[in-house]
Amino acid sequence: MQADSARFPENVAAARRDETLLGALHRLQRDARAGRAETVSKLPEFEALRDAARDIRNGALANLAGNLERFEENVVANGGEVHWCRDAAEACAAVARICREAGAKTVAKGKSMVSEEIRLNAALIDAGFDTVETDLGEYVLQLRDETPSHIVIPAIHLTKDQFAETFRGAHDTLPEDRPLEEARAITDEARGALRDVFLRADVGITGANFLIAETGSVAIVTNEGNGDLAQSLPRTHVVVTGIEKALGTVEEALTLIRVLARSATGQEISAYTTFATGAKRADDAAGPENFHVVLVDNGRGDLLAGPKREILRCIRCGACQTVCPVYGAVGGHAYGAVYAGPVGSVLTPALSGLEKSKHLPEASSFCGACEGVCPVRIPLPRLLRMWREDAFQAHLGPKVLRWGLFAWSTLTAWPWAYRTAGAIGGRMLRLMAMGRGRLTRLPFAGKWTGGRDLPVPEGGTFVGKWHRRRGK
Amino acid sequence: MTETARERPTVGFFATCLVDLFRPSVGFAAARLIERAGYRVEVPRAQSCCGQPSYNSGDRKAARRGARRAVAAFHGFEHVVVPSGSCGAMFVRHFPDLLADDPEWAGKAAALAGRTYELVDFLARVAGWRPEAARPPSGSVTYHDSCSGLRELGIREQPRALLAAAGGPELREMEGSDICCGFGGTFCVKYPAISEAMADKKIDSIEATGADAVVGGDLGCLLHIEGRLSRRGSAVGARHVAEILDGGEG
Repeated sequence: MQADSARFPENVAAARRDETLLGALHRLQRDARAGRAETVSKLPEFEALRDAARDIRNGALANLAGNLERFEENVVANGGEVHWCRDAAEACAAVARICREAGAKTVAKGKSMVSEEIRLNAALIDAGFDTVETDLGEYVLQLRDETPSHIVIPAIHLTKDQFAETFRGAHDTLPEDRPLEEARAITDEARGALRDVFLRADVGITGANFLIAETGSVAIVTNEGNGDLAQSLPRTHVVVTGIEKALGTVEEALTLIRVLARSATGQEISAYTTFATGAKRADDAAGPENFHVVLVDNGRGDLLAGPKREILRCIRCGACQTVCPVYGAVGGHAYGAVYAGPVGSVLTPALSGLEKSKHLPEASSFCGACEGVCPVRIPLPRLLRMWREDAFQAHLGPKVLRWGLFAWSTLTAWPWAYRTAGAIGGRMLRLMAMGRGRLTRLPFAGKWTGGRDLPVPEGGTFVGKWHRRRGK
Repeated sequence: MTETARERPTVGFFATCLVDLFRPSVGFAAARLIERAGYRVEVPRAQSCCGQPSYNSGDRKAARRGARRAVAAFHGFEHVVVPSGSCGAMFVRHFPDLLADDPEWAGKAAALAGRTYELVDFLARVAGWRPEAARPPSGSVTYHDSCSGLRELGIREQPRALLAAAGGPELREMEGSDICCGFGGTFCVKYPAISEAMADKKIDSIEATGADAVVGGDLGCLLHIEGRLSRRGSAVGARHVAEILDGGEG
């Protein structure tokens, strides 16, 4: 089930009626606000670290081709293989081929937003592989046939009770009398079901937080440890990730990790940070026999070559979603896209076309809270404005707004005419208000007066009155 | 006008279209404050709108026209003061960007950016002015940090310092004073459901303080909050910080 970006206003209306969702969003933002304040206060150099993180990502993108080539050399030297994929179809085909060659029946999946982006689960299930998400949130979403609504907290829109109810529906072996009220009991239930998947799985798929050129390593940062099981127990490990994740050095990754968890969840560091380098060597005690990295472009190369390239600095911490008041009002699903919130509203038009997602860059008050928390200082409002400029050029917005703006900008080019028209308009509003200070209804202004009264102008204009009073 | 007044440094005052057309009294209050701080105020007739609606709607060409118009109208003033963080940020942050590749205007826009200030920032930081605590403190207010002023111009302590120096009304901080109220210019009519939901959150925080009025530095946010307060039947008022600091005289 995937909501549609083109139906953003309808999605918003539905979200605003969903009390469970609104409660979850309220708690998310309230807690994250307090958590972040505490985390940042404990690290005096946090702002300097953000600068460093931005510079590292800029440097990595400037040398992306070189980093990727070096990464591939080192992966191959460590007994692995790299698959370069232009788009979602190529990437899904590559993973399916690897699974077939591994003779796989069961595939255990760690959390990966790129796999959501390319709809890998559907492709693998269609190809006959029993594909199971192993991140708790993602697992519940898979059982419910839903998509993630947040980059790092995918099931933030669901309550504990909904988790329990989902397991009662899906787990045949779950006794009716086993209590599932406590978070711990829910986690144990998931762990029981998933442990079996890890042991059965022939292929484990993970995403990547960073790819490291100098070693050919893949870094993942998780809290549940499912990613570690998915990448170490099955015979074959497949990493699916975007090309922009490549860094030069381990040192760079370590600096980014310092801002990643703090920005994502307010933790100083996540529970597990794992560097996987190649296939199992002869004297290794454990590890996958086959190691594959599927590198997905899917529009990233074009972004890198264009004016919105700064979005590729993103390290997918989700802080811009968590802090965004628009996200907080509607939740992730309303965006109708894999990536919700500010980062998604910049990425989605690049991934699926501006025409289909034209609402997303517009649905921002440009408050700048996102830019204020971004660990790599992506100027999100500026990038959103660029999409608005593209949309304006392409005439994608509502005609009435376009004409209104044209009338306004034409009128304001003639300050005397603008002031005269403004004073006349103000007088009309005052007449309509019949002595009250506000209008509750106004023809052609329903978008304002639907939910707000319109305070009535005082009368006259400041500039006009000023010059009359001062006699100039 | 006395000779001494003539020798005072001059401030070019950009009223902003909302003050100009909706609340001239805010403009007069702001001008009185600037004068009390020791400056002479001039109000160029050639001003209208800074072009922000066009800029944020993706019409860069019209935004550039607005920017050139404002730069021309305020060229030559020692200081330019704007009673709004978002219009002020257009002058300070966005005009130089909009006109960067225009050889005739780039230099002028950059120079103007360096001389333009939001009202309370100018009073508190540039003029070093503090209101006299002449009036007995009365009532209570809560301060809403409008986004552009806060994040693009760094205005946070300035209005609080001035309100504190005025000795009243009592300032009661709300939870999340730096969270957007949902105005966002044309955003508030493009996506009214989201805008109103954001206003409701803001108003819940405002009402939780028990303050008589919400005070801010941007009339756009204030008209939006006031309109929603009024629709909710709330008794809380919405006032521009200039009106509070001016003491409502004149």
